[in-house]
Amino acid sequence: MTTTITWTAVCRLGDLLPERGAAALVGGVQVAVFRLHDDQVRAVGNRDPLWGANVMSRGIVGTRGGRAVVVSPMHKQAYDLDTGACLDDPAAALPVYAARVRDGVVEVVAG
Amino acid sequence: MRLVVIGNGMVGQRFVESLAARDTARRFTEVTVLGEETRRAYDRVRLSAFFDGVSAEELTLAPPGVPAGTTIRLGEPATAVDREARVVRTAAGEYPYDALVLATGSRAFVPPVPGTGSPGVFVYRTLDDLEALRAHAAGRSAGIVVGGGLLGLEAANALRLLGLRTAIVEFAPHLMPMQVDAAGGAILRRRIEELGIDVHTGAGVTGIAPDGDRLAVGAGELTLGADLVVFAAGVRPRDELARAAGLPVAERGGILVDASCRTADERVFAIGECAAVDGRCYGLVAPGYAMADVVADRLLGGDATFGGADMSTKLKLLGVDVASFGATTGPLDVVYADPAHGLYAKLVLTDDARTLLGGILVGDAAAYGVLKAAVGGPVPGKLADFLSAGAPDVALPGDAQVCSCNAVTKDQVLGAIGAGCADVGCLKACTRAGTTCGSCVPLLRSLLTEAGVAQSTALCEHFAYSRQELFDLIRVRGIATFSALIGEYGTGRGCDVCKPVVASILASLGGGHVLDGEQAALQDTNDHFLANIQRDGTYSVVPRIPGGEITPERLIVIGEVARDFGLYTKITGGQRIDLFGARVEQLPAIWRRLVDAGFESGHAYGKALRTVKSCVGSTWCRYGVQDSVGLAVALELRYRGLRSPHKLKSAVSGCARECAEARSKDFGVIATETGWNLYVGGNGGFRPRHADLFATDLSTEELVRTIDRFLMFYIRTADRLQRTAAWLEALDGGLEHLRAVIVDDSLGICAELDAAMDRHVGGYADEWRAVLEDPDKLRRFVSFVNEPQTPDPSIAFTVEREQRVPVPLGMPEVSA
Repeated sequence: MTTTITWTAVCRLGDLLPERGAAALVGGVQVAVFRLHDDQVRAVGNRDPLWGANVMSRGIVGTRGGRAVVVSPMHKQAYDLDTGACLDDPAAALPVYAARVRDGVVEVVAG
Repeated sequence: MRLVVIGNGMVGQRFVESLAARDTARRFTEVTVLGEETRRAYDRVRLSAFFDGVSAEELTLAPPGVPAGTTIRLGEPATAVDREARVVRTAAGEYPYDALVLATGSRAFVPPVPGTGSPGVFVYRTLDDLEALRAHAAGRSAGIVVGGGLLGLEAANALRLLGLRTAIVEFAPHLMPMQVDAAGGAILRRRIEELGIDVHTGAGVTGIAPDGDRLAVGAGELTLGADLVVFAAGVRPRDELARAAGLPVAERGGILVDASCRTADERVFAIGECAAVDGRCYGLVAPGYAMADVVADRLLGGDATFGGADMSTKLKLLGVDVASFGATTGPLDVVYADPAHGLYAKLVLTDDARTLLGGILVGDAAAYGVLKAAVGGPVPGKLADFLSAGAPDVALPGDAQVCSCNAVTKDQVLGAIGAGCADVGCLKACTRAGTTCGSCVPLLRSLLTEAGVAQSTALCEHFAYSRQELFDLIRVRGIATFSALIGEYGTGRGCDVCKPVVASILASLGGGHVLDGEQAALQDTNDHFLANIQRDGTYSVVPRIPGGEITPERLIVIGEVARDFGLYTKITGGQRIDLFGARVEQLPAIWRRLVDAGFESGHAYGKALRTVKSCVGSTWCRYGVQDSVGLAVALELRYRGLRSPHKLKSAVSGCARECAEARSKDFGVIATETGWNLYVGGNGGFRPRHADLFATDLSTEELVRTIDRFLMFYIRTADRLQRTAAWLEALDGGLEHLRAVIVDDSLGICAELDAAMDRHVGGYADEWRAVLEDPDKLRRFVSFVNEPQTPDPSIAFTVEREQRVPVPLGMPEVSA
């Protein structure tokens, strides 16, 4: 049996500001895509799990203790962009999606 | 074994915690606490902080949860103790006990005169009392406090904070008769009268009678009118349960106990204000805590005893320091009195003047700690040094109590610092010092400093600098980007704390559009989309309406925009109109319409100047003496777009009636017959503060230059998210220093401050117009980067009071 992984192109890398994100709709799923300072990309769920609004893509990107994080614009909880774990509330987490840049295009697996 | 505790006040709570900490073998498997009030134990010592904006929740002492095996029953007062059957009864049931602890506290004393049950008569004891008092005071103008002791002065301050004209009626010949003597009381009285409070001493209340909607209060020979009366004339022990159970009580009330706090019944103990230890009641929390610890120890087989208590007190009442310690009268009294400065000090000595027995300090109690620790020994220095203002430079001895509420000595605090405590929070957790009334927190801070523990001013993990230091680095070195700054002076990649701070500093220094280049990525979501995010992820839009003045044509445009985009509209407190429910991709189209009609960004989303409110002023108003609207418009246009450490609010009133509420603003202006009075450092919000009068009768030109400098000095030196009120309070030298800097140019920086403001005014451009003219910036305003025209499907609205409001998140959406 074969599993097919579908990479969906969402935008060009140049459409994203360094250390900032954007929302994308991938197979009906709201994904927050971020461009890091070294042009790597990360993708997590766009819904703030504690407050319910789809706003994670609008958070500030930075580091906490060396981990790349996005901070919710609602009430400032930080989430690890690699694991989705909330660093301020062990009960909360974001789903993490595979993301990559190929030929200058940002691609995500979700949905 | 089963234990019942009657009372969940401060002492009852301390007892439960103390027992749980000691009872490691779980001898008491079932602990039932019965509380008459419906709230868990709260900090009654700081009760008055309620009127300073501290909430009931913040006063709660009880940690969340209870020790294992403990049940707390609130709102269930004990009605009887049956010592024979060893049960406590309540309206809801019976609680058998093997041991019983009475921690029933006190009730407010109300003298037996006619009319004390009238509506508008209150006591000052519980949070419920304070809430009722606050509710009744709304919209009323005058109050009387019966009692000029500690509690009475606190109550008087509360009435003042509630905006009432306040009078104090005291039976004794002078104020605070329990703590200070007649001369000290006279000085205290003068200081309190200066605050506009009437003081009537030597006047007993004879009765209260309704007089229309008001009350007529007989006080000695006088009849005083008031809207409400607060009795704060002492307390009486709650010993009625014990009396009914046949337990002996002291002559003047209080459940009689021995030094182990045991009553005549060996299974029954009494602690705190309801207990009369060897016949004496103690009305302070520290002895109550000591009794709680004694009984916890005794119940587990220990032999602790209560050895009396130090009744020394140091308080700040109505802004006046009052302290007394040891004996307040004795063989040799040495007195210093300075009515002009409101200072009074008395030291009580043995007749050979070699040994200090006690003393009283009014107006300045800085020497309290040193003197109190010296009681029983020689005065630690020259007498004269202690009899004038200030604390002589004498180190506190190690056994001096730093925190009298929790009996924590300086040595204990230093021990905790030695063991690694590096801040006040840690000292509180390790020693309990500072956790009750909080008055020793400044002392804890200075002990940390003395011990060489640097109090970190680092902004966050990426910068070891304070905001002010970063501001100076960026300004002096001419740094233009976050990358350059963090590369040279920081570590890592930054975070949600330092990025917006640096963005704000760059903007204050005139760094161009807030969304230019790298700056865009530093901004909080509000600044990033130039709108205010709401709970459902939509934004609100606030066009600037300078001074609150708007033409009918522009009002119509706002109405049309709101209607066409389906926005909820609300008038704000800053005299403008907020439009809610805009999706991120709608913002440019909304602003296109607003900008075309002549509107600009209102910066409601920024740490920046918000509004300059105004009353209608001399143009229309019969009372106005100056054109307040004209000045407000000019000030708002001058400072619009000015980025600062926190939001800035202002107002201009056209006469002393102050309809624009200028004194609650960061900078407020009130018209006089001949010019303008400037007030600075006011604040509404969580901790309201009236602005301080800074300068009087200024010409418009002088006024504007003074505000320019005030704002620029604040922007340069304040901490992150520090409003002007907190900044001014923390400023070394306070208002006088501020005057020296921006009026007398003591630091020689006025020309720089003026130039900085001129650059701001000259460089201002509307942020929203600039976005509409820049396709690169406009591209960010999309719902989804891959489907820019698809709205966020999770946003849904319902209708409430004829307008669209968000469907609460997490609720099932109604399908069509």
